[in-house]
Amino acid sequence: MGITVRVPTPLRRLTDGQGEVEVEARTVKEAIEKLEEMYPGFKERILDENGEVRRFVNLYVNDEDIRFLKGVDTELKEGDVLSIVPAIAGGR
Amino acid sequence: MAKVVGLKCKECGREYPVEPLHVCEFCFGPLEVVYDYEEIKRNISREKIEKGPKSLWRYIDLLPVEKPRVGLSAGFTPLRRAERLGEVLGLENLYIKDDSVNHPTLSFKDRVVSVAISKAIEFGFDTAACASTGNLANSVASHSAQAGLDCYVFIPANLETQKIFGSLVFKPTVVAVEGTYDDVNRLCSEIANDLGWAFVNINIRPFYAEGSKTLAFEVVEQLGWKAPDAVVVPAASGSLYTKIWKGLKELKEVGLIDSVSTRMFGAQAEGCSPIATAWKEGRDFIKPVRPNTIAKSIAIGNPADGIYALQTTRESGGDWETATDEEIIEGIKLLAETEGIFTETAGGTTIAVLKKLVEKGKIDPKETVVAYITGNGYKTLEVLEGHLPEPVRIKASLKDFKEKVLAKV
Repeated sequence: MGITVRVPTPLRRLTDGQGEVEVEARTVKEAIEKLEEMYPGFKERILDENGEVRRFVNLYVNDEDIRFLKGVDTELKEGDVLSIVPAIAGGR
Repeated sequence: MAKVVGLKCKECGREYPVEPLHVCEFCFGPLEVVYDYEEIKRNISREKIEKGPKSLWRYIDLLPVEKPRVGLSAGFTPLRRAERLGEVLGLENLYIKDDSVNHPTLSFKDRVVSVAISKAIEFGFDTAACASTGNLANSVASHSAQAGLDCYVFIPANLETQKIFGSLVFKPTVVAVEGTYDDVNRLCSEIANDLGWAFVNINIRPFYAEGSKTLAFEVVEQLGWKAPDAVVVPAASGSLYTKIWKGLKELKEVGLIDSVSTRMFGAQAEGCSPIATAWKEGRDFIKPVRPNTIAKSIAIGNPADGIYALQTTRESGGDWETATDEEIIEGIKLLAETEGIFTETAGGTTIAVLKKLVEKGKIDPKETVVAYITGNGYKTLEVLEGHLPEPVRIKASLKDFKEKVLAKV
């Protein structure tokens, strides 16, 4: 399952500056595990010690907030885009 | 830059230099401007402020800008004693802070944008941008025009027509995104760091948000250097609400007032109330919602400062209330009919919530209460369609006038 992951600026130090990387994964959780294998240290930046998404990180699958889907158990399919976006922004 | 020390993550405390950054590289927490209050305390005084310009720039000692570059007339809007509205609601000392007449685009956004664009120019940007529900877009477009900056504003495609025209007239590129404000915001968050533009509410956000503090400073000065007992503030991202509280505390910190015991009340539309709901359910985290309300200017389903807003409520002993679309319209009409002030839906929400708070005994009749009116009703005229009486139509004849007007007196 080829998934495109969009990486925000604060995490690009881990991905050698790349803003987009490809992983093979069937769920969001699995994608994060794969990212950790490829880029050690990635996982702890996204998930807290209980495996929950950190409160200042928003994850989107094809532009939909995973909190409106099945959270980290949201399924992924070939060609999906997983975006990691800092939560802090905005104000009308 | 003695007054500003740097930026600091509100969550993990990591420090950063003064740069166009808004997110902690380590924990993704929000960055906030850190001041040297001892230094500011030595330089600031009531007298100095009172002799300053009749704009928000009289408080420049507490803002993260070296020199004002745009928005020289923003702020210092009227604080009106609202006797007639107070009588209806049962409040003896009610005031309206009227940012519906802020300069130049008639909403409190002219405060934050004056600060943000001044800072963006200091940083050397030549393009300004924002994600907006309308008022912010109007203000960014206006200030960019004044400064001669290129400008891109991103809005949800279904905004009120008046608010879209209110941006287009300043000749920015208006990008109407198919989706909600939260969709617009997510898109902008993804592109902001790669473009080299000053997104006022993204990469300039730590500086931008500081402009909201002036709504606290002005009210205190206008009340004769006294903090109110209670305030009611409309909330979308929760930024304004938290910054008013920060502003009140700063005035004490630098010795301009002796005490702050203001209770912070937040107002949200029932159709988009993620902060109020979290408060009522006793949660310290926010569950995002999909907005469904006529109050588009405060329709943020995924509020960035939500958790800090909840902290502010706890710290200040405040509370939250919500208003239905119908109550919002009634709120707009009530403020207009009693005080002659025409506000938009966010203001209608504030008034409706104020009414509920009094009814529920959360505010005492004798307390000094300030309701923040942050936007202008002439920008969202269409929400009143079907809610106002028709004009009395007559021929230009004395007979018609007598029959159709005078007879009904």
